[in-house]
Amino acid sequence: MSQTFLGMPSLPVFGTGNLHASESFPKAAHRELGNAQLRANLGHATHTIRDKRLQVVSELPDWEQLRDAGSAIKESVMARLPELLEQFEKNFTARGGVIHWARDADEANEIVAGLIRETGETEAVKVKSMATQEIGLNEYLEEQGITALETDLAELIVQLDHDKPSHILVPAIHKNRSQVRDIFLREMPGADPALTDDPAKLAAAARTHLRRKFLTAKVAVSGANFALADSGTLAVVESEGNGRMCLTLPETLITVMGIEKLLPTWQDLEVFMQLLPRSSTGERMNPYTSLWTGVTEGDGPQNMHLVLLDNGRSAALADEMGRSALHCIRCSACMNVCPVYERTGGHAYGSTYPGPIGAILSPLMTGIQAEENSSLPYASSLCGACYDACPVKINIPDILVHLRGVDVDSKRGKKKIPTQMDAGMKAASWALSSGKRLGLLEKGLPLGRLAAGPDKKITKLPGIAAGWTQSRDIPAPPPQSFRTWWANEHRGPDPEGGPMPSHNKGDQQ
Amino acid sequence: MSARDEILGRVRAALKDSPQVPQVPRGYRATSALDEEALIELLVDRLVDYKAQVTVVDTAEVPTRIAALLAGAQSYVVPAGLDTGWLAGVEYEPADGRRHLDSADTPLTVAELDGIDAVVTGSAVAVAETGTIILDGSPSQGRRAISLVPDHHICVVKATDIAGILPEALRRIDGTRPLTMISGPSATSDIELERVEGVHGPRKLDVIIAR
Ligand code: SF4
Repeated sequence: MSQTFLGMPSLPVFGTGNLHASESFPKAAHRELGNAQLRANLGHATHTIRDKRLQVVSELPDWEQLRDAGSAIKESVMARLPELLEQFEKNFTARGGVIHWARDADEANEIVAGLIRETGETEAVKVKSMATQEIGLNEYLEEQGITALETDLAELIVQLDHDKPSHILVPAIHKNRSQVRDIFLREMPGADPALTDDPAKLAAAARTHLRRKFLTAKVAVSGANFALADSGTLAVVESEGNGRMCLTLPETLITVMGIEKLLPTWQDLEVFMQLLPRSSTGERMNPYTSLWTGVTEGDGPQNMHLVLLDNGRSAALADEMGRSALHCIRCSACMNVCPVYERTGGHAYGSTYPGPIGAILSPLMTGIQAEENSSLPYASSLCGACYDACPVKINIPDILVHLRGVDVDSKRGKKKIPTQMDAGMKAASWALSSGKRLGLLEKGLPLGRLAAGPDKKITKLPGIAAGWTQSRDIPAPPPQSFRTWWANEHRGPDPEGGPMPSHNKGDQQ
Repeated sequence: MSARDEILGRVRAALKDSPQVPQVPRGYRATSALDEEALIELLVDRLVDYKAQVTVVDTAEVPTRIAALLAGAQSYVVPAGLDTGWLAGVEYEPADGRRHLDSADTPLTVAELDGIDAVVTGSAVAVAETGTIILDGSPSQGRRAISLVPDHHICVVKATDIAGILPEALRRIDGTRPLTMISGPSATSDIELERVEGVHGPRKLDVIIAR
């Protein structure tokens, strides 16, 4: 929502649009986990891509140096953002482009709709763009009587199926080939009834479906992967050629881009164009990348607009611990390796940005206070696979832990009375700080066995601990604790702090 | 306050801790040490992996090769600045309307391009390691639309224009030109993350490496 400010804005100003879940992660995950087909599709796709990524990454002897460079470049972009934005604006404008600034989703939507209306058109072709997903542009345009046609194959599948994207690179990753065929047969006018589920045939069907649209479109809407401050150049990285169609054939091109996408110089592109394709589709290079610098006379769109979007990015930037989340180049490697994402899928995260990056980026952009996003930082086992895979070395586990802290603090601040979590933590600290107290508590273990019943499973814990048993059962506790067992086995030494029996000699094993 | 000033104000306020601007460590490879034969071999290997068709010929054989590849095409388009010698092997009857010339001054319409089977272009630079060919819109390559709409792209790469790795290639070109980086025919990985070739861009890519 645009707000009217008198004087300086009160900070931070959070983002709006498709960044919120309508329900908490555990609830959504619980539902998605019940979908075995979804899990099979995701398991197959993420494993395929993991292997490919590992192989092409291992080919480069300087992969770690590239990651270091990428990380430092992005860090310097954030530190110099105001200056780089102004430099980019100057260069883009000098080459005949027009810059628009959008504080939030609503403002960006209004700008794009206004620009399309100015052309007199009621239809626009679109290249896959996270930023326009985030602001809900398609839905807004539809309300305004403008049809936005997605042209990326996966986006097309999602749009035809009236579904939502579940992955930032392959929005239809949750659909397998036969589901795609069914969607095409149902929703694509004139689809050949003999269409098979061969991916090549499905791609050909999409080609036929969109060809006329490309050739006659007057307006295109795109995102951008990179923007070079020192030249005003924009870049779109893609595979199918739908991007080239949209960026080349129409008369008017409207690009929507987050303010964090800048790179300082042309030279920086040599780093990111090595990092991105290998991390995203696991290819040495993606089939097509287009770069354009303003308007080129006689070649491509002659009306060039760029909407620079804040929508909560400045709020993320204001969080010193979390700001590196803005380094993200949307490669999707972190979700492809994430054990949580692999099981729940992208919809459970409730935001345009799912997976590990979404679990930090969404709350940073909307504020952790946003009720449904406050559960996202817990949607992780902190295994660290995302950090290892990230081409720009975003320390996602660290930021998750940081945001958990912010969440606990904000809840405490709100309620002013100790929460169940506070009480639990206090109790744990009391018990764990003394061996005697812990020993005493462990005597209660058999009670837990009783609670588990004959199937030796605890399916429902009380209070906030209920979250733990929402999507899993807990095995019954053992009849005795490890400490009791140890004491019995080794008699002599006192487990309450006496000398440990010497058991370190390798030859005893 | 304008949206611009307000956003820049927010960004400045967000950076009130004045974070340090780090030195960028550029320890990654900036050059490769492959000779021309090795570069050609690597580029061929990568392009074939992308399902492009590749032939390596002596420069003198380029016209014959182009003529052979165009044999099945009813019509083809070339940028006005293409080396005319390259087309010397193709039978030319101005009246048959088979050959179309395109330039920024006399551009073909999109509909006309859609009716044309093939396109022949040169290239600015290629990257052996990634199997990438870069077009920069100079006279031998023409407008971006001509190498996009026809379904068959025949692209000539001079052996001297092959760089080993991406940093070398990007340092040879002007980033402000309209650039298209091409790595194989159009493809998608959108169904089950398996790559299949042939979507909206040219479904057939023929690369002629001329040495
Ligand atoms: S956080 Fe890193 S791994 Fe995840 S999408 Fe962004 S750049 Fe890729």
